[in-house]
Amino acid sequence: MLNPLEAKRILEAALLASQEPVSATELKRLFDGELGVDAIRKLLAELAEEWKGRAVELVSLSSGWRFQTRAEFQPYLERLFPERPPRYSRAVMETLAIIAYRQPVTRGDIEDVRGVGVSTQIIQALETRGWIDVVGHRETPGRPALYATTTKFLDDLGLRSLEELPPLEEIAKTLQLEVVPTAEAEVREPQEEAATGTDG
Amino acid sequence: MMAKVYGEPVIELPHDLYIPPDALEIVLEAFEGPLDLLLYLIRKENLDILDIPMAPLTRQYLEYVEMMRSTNLELAAEYLVMAAMLIEIKSRLLLPRPPAAAPVEEDPRAELVRRLLEYERMKKAAQGLDELPQVGRDVIAISVWIEKTVSQSLPDVNPRDLAEAWRGLLHRARLSAHHRVSREELSVRAHMSSILRALRERRVVEFGELFDPQRGVAVLVVTFLALLELARELLVEITQSAGFGPIYVKLAHAQSA
Repeated sequence: MLNPLEAKRILEAALLASQEPVSATELKRLFDGELGVDAIRKLLAELAEEWKGRAVELVSLSSGWRFQTRAEFQPYLERLFPERPPRYSRAVMETLAIIAYRQPVTRGDIEDVRGVGVSTQIIQALETRGWIDVVGHRETPGRPALYATTTKFLDDLGLRSLEELPPLEEIAKTLQLEVVPTAEAEVREPQEEAATGTDG
Repeated sequence: MMAKVYGEPVIELPHDLYIPPDALEIVLEAFEGPLDLLLYLIRKENLDILDIPMAPLTRQYLEYVEMMRSTNLELAAEYLVMAAMLIEIKSRLLLPRPPAAAPVEEDPRAELVRRLLEYERMKKAAQGLDELPQVGRDVIAISVWIEKTVSQSLPDVNPRDLAEAWRGLLHRARLSAHHRVSREELSVRAHMSSILRALRERRVVEFGELFDPQRGVAVLVVTFLALLELARELLVEITQSAGFGPIYVKLAHAQSA
């Protein structure tokens, strides 16, 4: 019988050797049936705890567990490996946000929200990255493709599920509700810039 | 005193609307389209998005559109559509309200408000997504070096396939048989050399390419024998990746010989 410490080290080795996230079910194969998924999950949680405070962390993602560098070290790593991937444009990120939060959506849906045409390059950039794919077609004229986000999207953004996406902000209907003065005479002075000239 | 229209203070036009013409393109690039530009105007002026004062907003918007036109920028159709929509809403607001008994018409601004709010929500969501640590950009997926080199196993050649290839060649040779007496030097060793020479230049050659059916059956036979001899002497490797697939001939590794 495998002792838990040994099993934990085996899990550690397997995860360190894999760049892609590995699920607990896949990791079960390491033990040839000797350990169940629950036991493995418990060991993984312990392992993640053990790595706390190190430069590398064990994170749980949508499709499994992965070792990755901590984000705080990225500025240093970039000096060593300067080929930093460019940031996506606002157009790409907005398209991605609409697909992520409103999926499944057609290109027309995205254009509706953004008020501008969505270029093929934007869709292609996200498809090539493996973050979105076509999950079906809407049965309307033209049968437009319905896009949704993929597991890789969740993995790459460090999420386990779509529920972990940042919550949609409740947009303030007005930015700041300025108190409209009732007795104008009192308030005119403290007001710095407004109402200096016009005499209604 | 603040001027009020229908109980609302009159919004003053911003004074920073003027943009140097050569900077306009940059300014416009900062906007993701007409909704984004409208949002900017509304948020900058602190307007109540649920009760948009259409007149000043439309005026400001049209000033931007006019600037785009005067600098001969290729104006995106979306901007013009929005301008038309704003003017339509404004004109509907100007029409006299139906008597109270009539069914209440929806505020013509409602759809615009809905779109603006949804766009702003998604715009904020995009910023939120961008702030999440991204693999490759903010974190690096770790993989330690692991011994994964497995000796590459090349597939065996099925003798039947070799025979089949050979028969095909013979067949082609017969088809193109010339009634010409050739004085080929039919030595197997010589053909072994020429095969080796061909392989030295090309590294990998498809089985059929080593044969020239034009030169008659006799030459084919000798070439084939030469090839078999080379294989027997471990000077060449003959591989095939799938049944009936192409057969490749290449020089055997110098070390392994």
